[in-house]
Amino acid sequence: MDITLKVNGQEKKLNVEPRTLLVYALREQCGLKGAHVGCDSSSCGVCTVVLDGKTPVKSCTMFAVQAEGHEITTVEGIGGGANLHPLQKAFHEQHGLQCGYCTPAMIMTSYALLQHNPKPTEDEIRFGLSGNLCRCTGYMNIVKAVKQAAEEMSQTAQAAD
Amino acid sequence: MFPASFDYYRANSPEEAVALLAEHGSDARILAGGQSLIPAMRYRLAQPAVLVDINTMKDSNYIIQDNGHLRIGSTVRDTDLEFSELIRSKFQLMSDVSNVVADPIVRFRGTLVGSLCHNDPSGDWTAAMLAARASMVIQNGQGKRTLSADDFIVDSFTTAVEEGEMAVEALWPTPSARTGASYQKIERKVGDYATAAAAVQLELNEDNSVKEAGIAITAVSYVALRVAEAEKLLRGQKISRELIKAVAAEASAIADPTSDGRGSAEYKKEVVGVLVARGIVQSLERLGLKVEA
Repeated sequence: MDITLKVNGQEKKLNVEPRTLLVYALREQCGLKGAHVGCDSSSCGVCTVVLDGKTPVKSCTMFAVQAEGHEITTVEGIGGGANLHPLQKAFHEQHGLQCGYCTPAMIMTSYALLQHNPKPTEDEIRFGLSGNLCRCTGYMNIVKAVKQAAEEMSQTAQAAD
Repeated sequence: MFPASFDYYRANSPEEAVALLAEHGSDARILAGGQSLIPAMRYRLAQPAVLVDINTMKDSNYIIQDNGHLRIGSTVRDTDLEFSELIRSKFQLMSDVSNVVADPIVRFRGTLVGSLCHNDPSGDWTAAMLAARASMVIQNGQGKRTLSADDFIVDSFTTAVEEGEMAVEALWPTPSARTGASYQKIERKVGDYATAAAAVQLELNEDNSVKEAGIAITAVSYVALRVAEAEKLLRGQKISRELIKAVAAEASAIADPTSDGRGSAEYKKEVVGVLVARGIVQSLERLGLKVEA
């Protein structure tokens, strides 16, 4: 089946089987390896990407054909290299990762969370990230990173007003 | 793992969806949020030959207050309910469930109507539907019919929705101001199946005796169960600690759980009674009442 969707701002035309899961279309056809495959059972959240700018979805639990006409944002799409997104920068500075396997999804879930709630409390961050598993960090530094990014982003937003 | 191959269709309206279902018979399944169906397909527990995607039905994402009910369309996501001020302020039981069903990411995709149709024995929404006396509107090529929760929920993973039919909206009665409710769930981790859970909704008379009671339990039998004997005990009575004990015992009595990594059957049977008791206490607290000794 031929589908057209936007991935990280670019229009993509893909040919997929209906059964192709979005995460495999992103990884194997778009070459975006940020969305990982972890648990194979929709439990771990490491495949999380953002649909239409603010909806986090587990890309292993959505068919690629369902993304037709929609926009997908992956961790590669929010920043990189010298232009890190405040979340990417904060995960780096707060050491919000160890092995890094869950990190792209932690960042994308946080990215969506901050759209819905720009100034979350620690409890709200923990609640919002409770669908994402990390087996290394104990979550402390992840929560700190999201907090730092939220502060930086709201200051930037204020400065722009 | 990858799902088995299937043919994929998009429906733009319930009429189109029902026509596609009728054409493909028992091989076809509706794809709504897909948060249970897609994992089941990945494990090859489900291998539908045809999927009818209803996420393209633009007019089905509605929450409407209408004639004493809330009408919830077939593509309303759990987060639409979780983030709704109306639900938070007036539909306590629904609000509670919308904060604990699955996990926060899954809730952005999962739908209430789809979850009810999936009818998992550990489902949260099915227990809430039973306690809240909600009903389901089912559409086929001839028209629509409405079924109560008791008639809709048939067996494990089985509802009264037949071949060539789809559930198009849930009808959720608007609770009166004298109604308190609570959903109590124990889970090992966010997103896991409940170890056990209980839905409680109590409507009180002016003298604080119980006018109507809804008590349902889940994850402790082959399907979510309404605890009719407990509701009978409560009706017309003022709530005391002794009455709560008796009500909890009725829930434990009809629970028939299996032992697994979440707990032994004995433990789950006991704990589901505790959850019902906690649900009653919290329902009353939310009405500003305390249980008398």
